[in-house]
Amino acid sequence: MTSIAKPPVKHPSSRTNGLGLTIRDYEGAMSTLCAGCGHDSVTAALVQAGWELDLEPHRVGKMSGIGCSSKTTAYFMKQSHGFNSVHGRMPSVTSGAAAANRALTYIGISGDGDSLSIGLGQLSHAIRRNVNMLYVLENNGVYGLTKGQFSASADIGSTSKKGEANEQSPIDPVLLALTLGATFVARSFSGDKKQLVPILKAGLMHKGFAIVDVISPCVSFNDHEGSTKSYAFTREHEVEAVHTDFVPLRREITMPETGEDVHAVTLHDGSTVRLRATASDYDPTNRESAYAHVRACQARHEIATGLLFVDENGRDMHDFMRTPSTPLVELPYEALCPGKGALDKLMERYR
Amino acid sequence: MSGVNDFAFKIGTVNGTGSASANGLLMQAIFRMGIPVSGKNIFPSNIQGLPTWYEIRVSKDGYTARPSEVDLVVALNPATYAKDVATVRPGGFLLYDSSWPLDPDLVREGITILGIPFGRMCVENFQGDRDRTLLRNIVYAGSLAALLGIDMDVVSSMLEEKYGKKPKLLTSNHQAIQLGYQYAKEHFTCPLPFHLEKMDKTSDSILIDGNTACALGAVYAGATVGAWYPITPATALMEQFKAFCERFRVDKETGAHNYAILQAEDELSAAGIIIGAGWMGARAFTNTSGPGISLMQEFIGLAYYTDIPAVFFDIQRCGPATGMPTRTQQADLISLAYASHGDTKHLVLFPANPGEAFEMAVQSFDLAERFQTPVFVATDLDIGMNDWMVKRFTWDDNYRPDRGKVLHREDLDKLQRFSRYLDVDGDGIAARTLPGVGGKGAYFVRGSGHDKHAAYTEDSDAYLELVDRLKRKFQHAATVMPKPAFTLREGATVGLVSLGGCDAAVREAADKLAAQGIVVDVMRIRAFPFGAEVLEFFERHEHTFVIEQNRDAQLRSLLAIELGIPRDAMISILDYGGMPLTAKVVIDAVSRHVGAHGQAAVTPTPRAVSNGVPA
Repeated sequence: MTSIAKPPVKHPSSRTNGLGLTIRDYEGAMSTLCAGCGHDSVTAALVQAGWELDLEPHRVGKMSGIGCSSKTTAYFMKQSHGFNSVHGRMPSVTSGAAAANRALTYIGISGDGDSLSIGLGQLSHAIRRNVNMLYVLENNGVYGLTKGQFSASADIGSTSKKGEANEQSPIDPVLLALTLGATFVARSFSGDKKQLVPILKAGLMHKGFAIVDVISPCVSFNDHEGSTKSYAFTREHEVEAVHTDFVPLRREITMPETGEDVHAVTLHDGSTVRLRATASDYDPTNRESAYAHVRACQARHEIATGLLFVDENGRDMHDFMRTPSTPLVELPYEALCPGKGALDKLMERYR
Repeated sequence: MSGVNDFAFKIGTVNGTGSASANGLLMQAIFRMGIPVSGKNIFPSNIQGLPTWYEIRVSKDGYTARPSEVDLVVALNPATYAKDVATVRPGGFLLYDSSWPLDPDLVREGITILGIPFGRMCVENFQGDRDRTLLRNIVYAGSLAALLGIDMDVVSSMLEEKYGKKPKLLTSNHQAIQLGYQYAKEHFTCPLPFHLEKMDKTSDSILIDGNTACALGAVYAGATVGAWYPITPATALMEQFKAFCERFRVDKETGAHNYAILQAEDELSAAGIIIGAGWMGARAFTNTSGPGISLMQEFIGLAYYTDIPAVFFDIQRCGPATGMPTRTQQADLISLAYASHGDTKHLVLFPANPGEAFEMAVQSFDLAERFQTPVFVATDLDIGMNDWMVKRFTWDDNYRPDRGKVLHREDLDKLQRFSRYLDVDGDGIAARTLPGVGGKGAYFVRGSGHDKHAAYTEDSDAYLELVDRLKRKFQHAATVMPKPAFTLREGATVGLVSLGGCDAAVREAADKLAAQGIVVDVMRIRAFPFGAEVLEFFERHEHTFVIEQNRDAQLRSLLAIELGIPRDAMISILDYGGMPLTAKVVIDAVSRHVGAHGQAAVTPTPRAVSNGVPA
């Protein structure tokens, strides 16, 4: 994972957040991705989201696998602990880290190759386990680092840079997540920061697994006329299921009055996601209708974006495991070892 | 063999018919009579219907290896009659179910055949197919109690313990045991020439299997995260860990579980989970067998290269591929020592029995954290799943986990810059921070090339500095890994070298070879990398035999690769058919070689036995 150190320059008049940190404090190393890469826009959105939420950078675990997308973790929150693991296996490493220390905020960054091919099993089971993490899938439909092979999210008929057409069905991470019971499912576009930032913030505050599929065009291998993951195609075919705004518990962001219906979802930490429906019949708390909506959009060659489904009543991994509120890594050894007396007594069972 | 408190018997039944509890009852009753005993469960890789055997060895001298021959076979599975009758030693006995005419397969000259109508007695005395099937086992246990002289008071008290709260079951089991006992008493001369007499040689011992021992070790070491994928013969380890945690680690007031057990979707994920947890600072482990180790290779390399502690219990079975999942072997040695791609070397512990498995399980977590690296505890199916007679486990309440070099916030405050992979002490071990610590402690874990500051690099010098440090760390580990266990005899010029579960058979063989005038020293290797003592042992002996349970002499290869010992200087004794090793295999091989190579290896003078590290 390549990166270049960014000079630590701060403008004296930079605004600070509740922790007294400027937005520069949420940046990381200089990106070595191609100029114009959608992933860098996602990075910018993550920087913005972290700053606005007053996340303590050192209390964030940045997790990734392998691929262009997985480099992203180096480019934000440099004071965070990061883990660039192996291809497709970031969910298991995050599951273990979260099991050991539930007090940190986990941000997993993955790509369509990382998540939907080699790592599909791990993604599925992290959803099933409802690991408390934000899982950002930077989706460009192509293998960038190996120069242009189709990924599992490439649409039928989409062409490669060399002109070859894809004939196999794509795996849609949103439909997958809805099917597997994910409790927070969203899709956005790297070119729509206004929509992406509140979605990321809501995902970060969601208790459980929050997946955000971000269409993030690859400028080198998949931003051409025949691509369905290009900037132009996404802009033309994006259909917002809902407008999303996120109201943190501590600092309210006011939303302009539009006169349209607003659906407020209160998250477990007391903060609120406000969803303004653009389709009158869209209900983001109904898994079946969310699935139907995404499928209907697909049939029309449209890309449904926004917070598509949320369930704040799901049990997360720690609920299943009945782990204490104190992180396991903070339990003193004395609370873990039964001691000599217990062992001596136990030995009688084996007589 | 063959005498009072010195014999072996075997029961051949059908898998899934409930014989395990009757066989366990027999072994435990003998144990409670104060007589050293061991049992080997030879079972198929299925749930119901295939042949299964249970071998019980009684040894007043305390030998616990698989017996070289059996004095009595209980043949209750028609599908294996021919095989079973062939395994009785000349002059031995065969017990069969005479509810049906004697099968021609069971006829053999030179042995005594005893028939007891187990099936008919069950039909006459019990109702329902299930009871009749299950209780047939208790009936044969009763017959064996009479034939072998098992104390019926001991048996009765065990039934009380087991079924005391279930009066109906208690009554039927008592009835069944008496049916078998009385029939044998009335029809045969009881006890047989080889039989049991009470002793006092087990009061400081327990009967326990290695998987349970490892699980208990993980609890006492303070492990909090376990991740696994079910696989024979490793499964019971995590199940036992769970059971112990439910007993010892559930907060009485809140009901909170002070542990996390994740049944992963596969072994890859299990490895990832424990590496994530280990990075976070938890003591984390997985349990698996050879096929799982194969799947974990990528993650093992990552943990090695990024200095992350993790403990892997490998309960070896017959490979390659699916192999024979319910048979034992020691064929993962090389794949553990050098697991993953690139230049990798790992710390491996080789317990010889459940007692040592308990100790080494605790030790493995200390080593993993001290050296910030994967540590493997390599047992096998025989150690893992069979009940062994070992000394009671003890615990020192003064024990505290060795967390290795961990920098906390106050330590970081004193530093100008924290460099994750900087070898300050020259031992190859760099100090780590735990995520969340803040200050200067944040760093990036990278499976890609990184320098001593944990920054990405493709620079040759920075790469060399890192991988050479890892090598230095490994070399340093060699000086602190558990030393070999020696059993030395004065004047011995022959050395026997083994590891793990071979130990019981090798030490028995050494005693019996000495009685034949072939004096041998024994060295049991307990860890990889090898310490200097290992090379010294080879240098001190004219002939060395390396005894292991795999086809390709993997231990011998490791000794040759790591210590430069010429392969030709090591004579392999290989036993890899999937059964626990017997002393006879070792005795025959050593005797043959010594016979063929003259007196050089033979010292006829009487000698004292000295023990090095307790075996």
